[in-house]
Amino acid sequence: MSGRSRFTLRAVGREAQLLLVGIPVLLWTLIPIYHLVIFAISERDTATKGYLWPPSPTLQNFNIVLQQKHFFLNHFWVQLGNSLFIAIAAGAITLLVATLAAFSISRLKVRGGRTVMNLALFTYFIPAAFLAVPMYKTMATYGLLNSRWSLILAMVTIASPYCIWVLKQASDKLPWELDEAARIDGATPMQLFRLVYVPLMVPSLVAVGTYALLLAWNEYLYAYLLLSDERSFTLAVALGHFLSADDSPWELLMATGFIYALPPAAIYYAFKRYMVSGLTAGAVKS
Amino acid sequence: MLVVPYLVVFVVFVVYPVGYGLWLARSPQSYVRLFEDPVFFRTAINTVVFLVVAVNVKMVIALGLSGFFVQTRWWIKVLSLLFILPWAVPSIPTILSVRFLLNPEWGVINMTYFRLTGLDGPNWLNNPTLALSLSMLMHIWKSLPFWTLIFVAGRLAIPGEQYEAASVDGASRWQKFRFITWPSMMGLYFTSTILSMIWTLGDFNSVYLLTGGGPADQTHVLATLGIRYLRLDQIDLAMASIVVALPLVLPLVYVMMKRLSK
Repeated sequence: MSGRSRFTLRAVGREAQLLLVGIPVLLWTLIPIYHLVIFAISERDTATKGYLWPPSPTLQNFNIVLQQKHFFLNHFWVQLGNSLFIAIAAGAITLLVATLAAFSISRLKVRGGRTVMNLALFTYFIPAAFLAVPMYKTMATYGLLNSRWSLILAMVTIASPYCIWVLKQASDKLPWELDEAARIDGATPMQLFRLVYVPLMVPSLVAVGTYALLLAWNEYLYAYLLLSDERSFTLAVALGHFLSADDSPWELLMATGFIYALPPAAIYYAFKRYMVSGLTAGAVKS
Repeated sequence: MLVVPYLVVFVVFVVYPVGYGLWLARSPQSYVRLFEDPVFFRTAINTVVFLVVAVNVKMVIALGLSGFFVQTRWWIKVLSLLFILPWAVPSIPTILSVRFLLNPEWGVINMTYFRLTGLDGPNWLNNPTLALSLSMLMHIWKSLPFWTLIFVAGRLAIPGEQYEAASVDGASRWQKFRFITWPSMMGLYFTSTILSMIWTLGDFNSVYLLTGGGPADQTHVLATLGIRYLRLDQIDLAMASIVVALPLVLPLVYVMMKRLSK
């Protein structure tokens, strides 16, 4: 009897210990996000009055954003379109470039493949912010400044190395017998690629494509440097642009920020299964 | 032939810019001016503090929290879905949200503090030490979930029998960590720390969007300093500030390449 009650007492103590970790973790995680949300649903004059919950929550800010009824938001839909176009193009091009490279390095064993892999890895490990200034100058030389393609190509450059590496790791694990069987049947390398390789690699391809897409959607520094006209801004740059005045409509900034943050969060949860296994397996090999 | 698209990208957007950048920073005069700039000296110290303090604090917390998130409870499952949010959403809205939270006049923190005590709260982002610390906290907030996830994966790879055997032998929780978890996670932990240091060097957003490098350019790190020089039209200084960081970056990159290309 006493043994049993000691057991439950210990179990309760253990739960309490876990809660003691869980509650601070929850608060720490949610405070910035909660603050963003209450700011976005506050009326203009109550947003900066320090309320922990707005006295009359409203969706009016979203209405103003979607109807572009403020001069900071004159080009909201164009900017949303730019963000979308750049993310999809960067994701698709990265996927194509990286898959072809990983296939030829891992399956066709091209000469110099190892060197290419090392060059790509080296690029991956150079902090992206260090490459930003020379990239800006280079895009100016190529005459691409202020074009959406400058950001797309910069994002392809930054995303591909990691994608090639993850895909190479995954494709090294495919059994060699498949390639041999296909070759005996007379398949060309392109047929091998299309009919054997791509179908087997789908989970990794989804992970990598999503990674590149989100990287481009979320990018601020490169977008801020490369795009200077309000009509070519991505949403990220448009958000930063609010800071150019001291009395900007912060509640509209937060409402726009909320809209901007939704798609990546949704994509992340939708593809969580692929993202977690694909990216954590690739991110660090101990 | 199929590697060609990547090689084209590599030559056009990596080799050429890097070569061009190094050429821009060729004059010894640029380095003299760089070292004479007090902002550069302050930036170098900030960067080292950021790397040493923020990264290590983050990695220790991530390792500890991974032990929390491997517990099987329904509410911990739910919490882990929320916990990933900082990493899953873009930086700008959340960093700006924190910036407003900290606003000395109308931020919720100081308003609440005033309501409770009748006193004015600190001017958070106007004190260099406080502002840099808050940037580090911002950085930790953003990237802690990712590293915790990595360590959760690491812990789940350890065979459960080892812990069961240790329980039979009456090992304490600390002993289990010391003699089972840590030995099998050590490699992962050090690789992750180095990788995180490299990525942290490139963290522009946590500093730029929170403090803008201010007050008085006292909270810059290398990632934001290059952009400051670019804005001041001193492109040679921008490149020189990156070149002088290479002795710090290249050894870290070398260690990572060694570890990953095994």
